[in-house]
Amino acid sequence: MTTVETYPTLAEAARAMGGDAVYLGGGTLVMRAVNEGGAAPRLLRVTDPALREIRASGDTIRLGAGVTMADVLAHRDLAFLHAVARLVGGPQVRNMATVAGNLFAAHPYGDFAAALLALGARALPEGQGSARGVEELLRDRDRAGLIAAIEVPRPRDPRAFGFRKVSRVKPKGVSVLSIAACLPRESGRIRGARVAFGAMGPTPLRAPGAERALEGQNLDAESIDRAAAAATEGLSPPTDEIATEWYRREVAGVHLRRLLTEMGAS
Amino acid sequence: MAKTPVNFTLNGSPRSAFAGPGQNLLDFLRREVGDLTPKFGCGQGTCGACTVTIDGATHLSCLVLAESVEGRAIGTAAGLPDGATLDPLQEAFMDHFAAQCGYCTPGMLVSARALLDANPRPSRDEVIEAISGNLCRCTGYEPIIAAILAVAEGRARA
Repeated sequence: MTTVETYPTLAEAARAMGGDAVYLGGGTLVMRAVNEGGAAPRLLRVTDPALREIRASGDTIRLGAGVTMADVLAHRDLAFLHAVARLVGGPQVRNMATVAGNLFAAHPYGDFAAALLALGARALPEGQGSARGVEELLRDRDRAGLIAAIEVPRPRDPRAFGFRKVSRVKPKGVSVLSIAACLPRESGRIRGARVAFGAMGPTPLRAPGAERALEGQNLDAESIDRAAAAATEGLSPPTDEIATEWYRREVAGVHLRRLLTEMGAS
Repeated sequence: MAKTPVNFTLNGSPRSAFAGPGQNLLDFLRREVGDLTPKFGCGQGTCGACTVTIDGATHLSCLVLAESVEGRAIGTAAGLPDGATLDPLQEAFMDHFAAQCGYCTPGMLVSARALLDANPRPSRDEVIEAISGNLCRCTGYEPIIAAILAVAEGRARA
């Protein structure tokens, strides 16, 4: 049997958390589990409107954990994330699904989290703890605790960030894979390359082979070739209803090449 | 198990009912409130048959916790007609044969109305995007797109 507890602040909800409780955000993950009879017995929800706040300060934008994909799309300072948010679910899901919830979405969901991973975003936990990289959080999601907000570094040059989602059904389809790349350039050369895949593992993951091939290089045909060839290095993509492991391996480099070629031409 | 009183408006009229623990908004609207226009399709947020608006924005009612709509404004397909006068979208759906089995139709209408309220002159691509969260297994979508565009372009029967 499910019980629901409603708290005015995240701090109070954090004190009430426990192994038998799950935090209810936008509902797209947790209510589905409730409907299927597989949710934790206690649902904890928080009514604090601060969770929906978006604040831009300098090079960092702070997204409250409960900011929805539609909120992202409505905010001018987040233009670099619009192409990502627009590809999450359909219109109804975008009105519900939250940015922090996406960090906890099971495969093959989590395209927004892949973008946050490539951008080097950090998750602010509830309470006094310091922000943790999204990469670290994704490695151990079960012990992440409650997230208050996500800090996203704004790319200095919007052309340095690119995103591509590959799905069989359009405009609303589940990912075969998604790719996010953050490739800041200094005098033409890439410094601090970050490439992340969605749906290529249990969580969004960085692509170390592609990053190595791009670091310190110009974004040209040669470096793009090497990045595409190394795209799946260290990754073991899952087989599911959408695609097999073999297929994901075969097409990952092709789509990475298309994304990088677009970014190189801009 | 304790039930929670929920006060809200449904298609503009104040309503109150008791929500069960963990009950979703779709089940709540159908069983406790008696609005049968939102349909149960998948219970997973995939099909869109349960689409309603909350404060004007489309939501999947099967994934909304019923008690979370306290104080909010719910809109369903039941609120589209004005007395005996159908919404122009409903007329256009009939004229364009945009419903076959009809199961997706209330959700489609809610999504289409939300689109036209926000953007009265959408492009074909914007119509396709707006109904992309609503599955239809009968029509192949073309008659639905044609019906919505007919209303947008003022070609529908008034």
